[in-house]
Amino acid sequence: MIRIANGQGFWGDWLEAPVRLVDGGPIDYLTLDYLAEVTMSILQKQRQADPELGYARDFPPLIGRIAKKLRERNIKVVANAGGVNPVACARAVLKAAAGLKVAVVLGDDILGCIDEFLGKGYEMRNIDTGEPISTIRDRILSANAYIGAFPLAEALATGADVVISGRCADAALVLAPMIDRFGWGPEDYDKLAAGIVAGHIIECGAQCSGGNCQVDWRNIPDLANIGYPIVEADPDGSFIVTKHPGSGGRIDSHGLKEQLLYEIGDPRQYMTPDCVADFTSLHLEDASPDRVRGSGVRGGPRPAMLKASISYHAGWKASGTLVYSWPDALEKARVADRITRQRLGQLGLHFDEIYTEYFGVNACHGPAARPRPEHADPPEVQVRISVRGADKRAVDRFTREMIPLVLTGPPGGTGYGEGRPEVRQIVAYWPALIPRDEIATRVEVIE
Amino acid sequence: MRIPLSRIAHTRSGDKGDTANIGVIAWLPRYYPILLREVTPVRVKAFFGEMVKGGVDRFELPNLCALNLLLHHALGGGGTVSLRTDAQGKTLGAALLAMEIDVDERELTD
Repeated sequence: MIRIANGQGFWGDWLEAPVRLVDGGPIDYLTLDYLAEVTMSILQKQRQADPELGYARDFPPLIGRIAKKLRERNIKVVANAGGVNPVACARAVLKAAAGLKVAVVLGDDILGCIDEFLGKGYEMRNIDTGEPISTIRDRILSANAYIGAFPLAEALATGADVVISGRCADAALVLAPMIDRFGWGPEDYDKLAAGIVAGHIIECGAQCSGGNCQVDWRNIPDLANIGYPIVEADPDGSFIVTKHPGSGGRIDSHGLKEQLLYEIGDPRQYMTPDCVADFTSLHLEDASPDRVRGSGVRGGPRPAMLKASISYHAGWKASGTLVYSWPDALEKARVADRITRQRLGQLGLHFDEIYTEYFGVNACHGPAARPRPEHADPPEVQVRISVRGADKRAVDRFTREMIPLVLTGPPGGTGYGEGRPEVRQIVAYWPALIPRDEIATRVEVIE
Repeated sequence: MRIPLSRIAHTRSGDKGDTANIGVIAWLPRYYPILLREVTPVRVKAFFGEMVKGGVDRFELPNLCALNLLLHHALGGGGTVSLRTDAQGKTLGAALLAMEIDVDERELTD
């Protein structure tokens, strides 16, 4: 049995979590997931500005903080912290924690191959919309293939203490140690699928151990000290999901079901670079408090195509807010919205979309928000007006239209203290498929 | 009798691009047939109204007594394009808990 923990569900997750996983009890592997879909484009820009950047900058100082314990207890780290520059990330880790052996997995970055792929006739159509990539070719900012667990396992096999990848399937971080330690092969479909299911359960960190959980949420113990999840994996593909004793949060089958269903499509065909997992074959069982056993997972062969994550410039946007107080707060907020739209129209500005929400009324649930009689005349309402479009100057002009309403619109407007809204670039996500054979990964040990 | 979905199920929601997903999990195995009968794509689409521009797909997970709902073109463009506060549909699962369903009282107590 091996213990694989996840201490980071996204870049920006709780900084203390990985440290507590190392300090709080036995683990063999610490996985850390840093890359959301558009993170790669931000990192690409950082690398363009400085060739030594382009990776998750929280990672090297974290390794510096835990390096002594990693060495003492032979804990291995597997992280996609490399972003678009895994080698620079490895060098920064070695600077923060001299003496560790660091291996990087390369080959996911396909930004330089787009034209070659187009030349070969791969249209890289958007999986969601069906549009060919040629429509955004000149606006692409980053392009990466999702690599699987086998290259990560190959990196672990070098004896590295820290394995760093760029874009990889999130659950592959958890599957890789199982492949390395249990010797699973590419045709062990059921076992690979079991590892993927276990990985999917813990890849969002504490979202499976009591965080963001509807199940009796008031009585989930000690969320302030929530324990991040640990998978105890067995060579036969069965596993236990648990957390360190004494940590906060809760692990039970109801909570795990919420996470199993999180951000999936067809549960019978959960596609990964290493296998197709059937979530409907999983048997979950509460073994004891904070321990849930998973077994019975079935899987199928890996797909011939790999998913690629491509980001591109898609215009500009800005959002501004104002607060109106009782009486008639909602009515005043609606008038403020109407005036803003009228003024934007009079300026002749064009946007792809103007969108207005009323906090306290409908910002979260939109038309599904059910009016409640006690909220008929709420104490206050915040109006949030957002615009987006290709013309940066038009978006910038919008940001100057909100605050004047305080003196030129309905009475009782406030809440402008943060000043003019910021104009932000929209970096959009373009999911596409490319043939697996086009992606050649390789492992390098960085000394 | 009519009850809110929250009586028999809990949810978690998230996004894949402009598609929102809502996992709907029966509190008890005997509630799962009620989910199958009552939480249909047509009703879910009607519940969210103009928010869901595309169709609704439903997948069954009998092993977990759960459904997975995909709401297409439901997030104002999705991800970074969307102008919504909840661009990733994190709260749509909670919204669905208010949907009213028809049950026979015996289905809840048997």
